[in-house]
Amino acid sequence: MTPLAGGRKTAAGGVVFTAAGIRRGARRALPLVAGLLPFGLVAGVMSQAHGLSWLEGLLMAGLVFAGSGQVLALSTWSQDAPALTATVACLVVNLRMMLMGPSLAGWLDRLRGWRVWGSLFFMADHNWALSITDLRSGGQDAGFLLGSGLALWSMWVLGCVLGFSLGGLLQPAPGHPLFFVVLAVFIALLVTLWRGRPDALPWAVAAAVAVLVQRLLPGGTWYIVAGALSGSLAGMLRDRRVRA
Amino acid sequence: MAVVTYACRGGGYWLFRQIRPTPAIRGVLDYLPGTLFVSYVVPGLLSGGLQQWLAALATVLAMVATRQFAWAIAAGTATAWVAWYLT
Repeated sequence: MTPLAGGRKTAAGGVVFTAAGIRRGARRALPLVAGLLPFGLVAGVMSQAHGLSWLEGLLMAGLVFAGSGQVLALSTWSQDAPALTATVACLVVNLRMMLMGPSLAGWLDRLRGWRVWGSLFFMADHNWALSITDLRSGGQDAGFLLGSGLALWSMWVLGCVLGFSLGGLLQPAPGHPLFFVVLAVFIALLVTLWRGRPDALPWAVAAAVAVLVQRLLPGGTWYIVAGALSGSLAGMLRDRRVRA
Repeated sequence: MAVVTYACRGGGYWLFRQIRPTPAIRGVLDYLPGTLFVSYVVPGLLSGGLQQWLAALATVLAMVATRQFAWAIAAGTATAWVAWYLT
């Protein structure tokens, strides 16, 4: 018995990668780009405050394209030894991405070359979640991932550039409610990821472990990886017992 | 930094391609999307206050009612803003 029949549905066979799929992904991601803008502004303001040149700021936004990674790396950016500390900080926040790619295997396994590795370059939390939902509901067009990623990337770069050029003019305080937009996007994504009762236990375990690890190991983002892995593990083990 | 970030983005899937995934691994991956975002959101909400919980509730309700990201995000952020001014 599979408790989550919908979740097992992988697009068997006829996976395609079309321009129409890319456009559809971009349209789907449009409402979510709102959540990137405040983050982009902050990253842009921070790059400027830390004395990065305009070009360096732009390169960082375009090549790294990772909100929390960039903000965290910039906060450790100092005169003395920036590169190594910043890189390690970046690695720790982005570790979760290693877990994200494999869940899209239903699409990626059937693509080759730049379509795989190019799409993965533009994979961020938001379009990954959108793609998972599309894949689960039987979506066959893998261009969706790239299209939604490109939309987010453009807005991210734009946000960073705006933040950089406006600099001190636009500096929302850390506790400003505008930042709730970042959480709101993830909460709305969670609503679309909810598949019913079988998700309750893994989600509860994830929440508990994430809160606990965050208390025990403050400063990093290990809690995200720890929460996600233990919650998913709990779900898998539960399903096994149900089936046995 | 760019290299490290891409190594995370692409590396996870690259490793996955090298192994033959067992049903257990697939079972874990199946739950990963939800649990990852839960691990993100819940500690973030706890560090905020009542305003954040209210705003989170508004986001969920709007998303369930409309199924539109734009409305859900707008409702949540507006609630956060109003609650912030009132308290």
